[in-house]
Amino acid sequence: MKDAILTANFRRQFPGGPEIIAEDLRIGGGITVLFGASGSGKTTILRCLAGLERPEKGSIHFGAENWLDAEMNSFLSPRKRGVGFVPQDYALFPHLTVAGNVGYGLKELPATGRAARVAETLRWLGLDGLEHRLPRELSGGQQQRVALARAVARRPKLLLLDEPFAALDTPARLRLRGELRQLLRQLGIPTILVTHDRFEALALGDDVAVLHAGRNVQQGAVPEVFSRPVNLAVAEITAVETIQSGQILETRDGLATVALGDARLIALAGDLPPAAREVYVCIRAEDVILMRAHPVQSSPRNRLAATVLSLVREGSLVRVNLDCGFPLTALLTQPACEELALQAGAQLVALVKAPQIHLIPFTR
Amino acid sequence: MSGADWQLVGFSLRMALTSLLLVLPPGLALAWWLARKDWRGKALVETLVTLPLVLPPVVTGLVLLQLFGQRGPVGSWLHQTFGMDVVFTWWAVALALAAMSLPLFVRAARTAFEEVDVKFEQLARTLGAGEWRVFFTITLPLAMRGVLAGTLLAFARALGEFGATIMVAGNIPGRTTTLPVAIYAAVQNGEDAHAWTLAGVSAVIAFAAVFVSEKLQRRPR
Repeated sequence: MKDAILTANFRRQFPGGPEIIAEDLRIGGGITVLFGASGSGKTTILRCLAGLERPEKGSIHFGAENWLDAEMNSFLSPRKRGVGFVPQDYALFPHLTVAGNVGYGLKELPATGRAARVAETLRWLGLDGLEHRLPRELSGGQQQRVALARAVARRPKLLLLDEPFAALDTPARLRLRGELRQLLRQLGIPTILVTHDRFEALALGDDVAVLHAGRNVQQGAVPEVFSRPVNLAVAEITAVETIQSGQILETRDGLATVALGDARLIALAGDLPPAAREVYVCIRAEDVILMRAHPVQSSPRNRLAATVLSLVREGSLVRVNLDCGFPLTALLTQPACEELALQAGAQLVALVKAPQIHLIPFTR
Repeated sequence: MSGADWQLVGFSLRMALTSLLLVLPPGLALAWWLARKDWRGKALVETLVTLPLVLPPVVTGLVLLQLFGQRGPVGSWLHQTFGMDVVFTWWAVALALAAMSLPLFVRAARTAFEEVDVKFEQLARTLGAGEWRVFFTITLPLAMRGVLAGTLLAFARALGEFGATIMVAGNIPGRTTTLPVAIYAAVQNGEDAHAWTLAGVSAVIAFAAVFVSEKLQRRPR
């Protein structure tokens, strides 16, 4: 992770409820995804950063600013943090027009400057012509963009987005995901985005912090965290489809041979402790390649005879459950499935590159 | 309806409106305080605010008389500082009406504020708004229907007030007599027809106020 501009270490205890812990949370520039299942404390951490919740213990520092220091009893109110906040349901002011919403945070500007800034922001987000609409007269996607416009119009130092796509239906979600990434890139404002959807995390995030049971358990660059989960909990949250326990048979030249039932897999030993014997083998469904026959030559070290157990459609993708001596899941596009004439019972070859098999040592 | 009757109706309406001006600032503040904050002794304040609603109005009037009489703590101070006498003047009328309608207004406005989702207020704060701006641009506009309904209820209550008014303001025709007091006096003097006329006027005004109030409270959408 790049140099952190925001560092947070705090605990928020809800009376009679869970304790949410941000431990050495470091946010750099770019887009950081707070990733975790619902109930993992993502939204609470975001609200603490916005200043809408006040943690009982700990500190939050943004650059040279001290936003929270519980020991010193200092707390910077949300109005002074200069943060743009987009909550899950957008919370657009229902009694104000689009222009009224977007201009709400621009009180310090003179009236003409305010109008110009509102117009500029609306144009940038493709919302021109909607100035006089009320929020309830907008589509979900338009509401999302108005909420974003309201947050960015006052040029915040930090942008906080809570599940920006939760209120949208799937087609809109997919379309707007790419759009949002572009917009956030153009803005260049450090952004923290909360999501429980790993595809959103992969598509939008530069960095990711994985939250589990009210605590951040791993953070780093998105590909790093997703391909190298530090423990089983992170692997499960990042939803690596295949997680199987295996035994390391030998380690040589940085490559480990792992027994998974009758199958043998070659994986990078990486930073496995030398004594590790029992491991979790993690394979992401996207990394499994399916072929009709044995290729004459191919770089993947791992060729597995596979039998198709079942096919599950997921939008434009198909999840293929395989038996390779152990259960393996692959993710294919619909056309690819048809090309391979996939159906239950079909015999195939599954290929997985060694670097795409991630080994996590058992921790007992 | 004689000219004196119309004057009486006008005076009663003016007094009810004046009492609203006395009720609104502290009423809004109190309602907001009760809806949004938790503090020690909140239950005590809640009880005190509701008390005039359940006490016999004559008792409220008696308390006001004690407080604002020339030898009462507030009354003597007003007399010495401003040379102002409250009891048995139109000030006493407005004061009695305000004391009796405040509880109704506070209850209605409090409910209206509680129905405003705090997420809008929180978001306004992240956009740099201070507490006053949040109240006047977010909370109050979003609670407006309920607050207006409460205002109308308070107005209707003020128009019908009798017990507290008679205690602190008495019945001085042309100076402190309000519609309900005049109706009582008319019956006492055996002028039943006159009493019925005034009663009819009261009923029409009260009906209109409550009708609009109900309409405001039943939200469309």
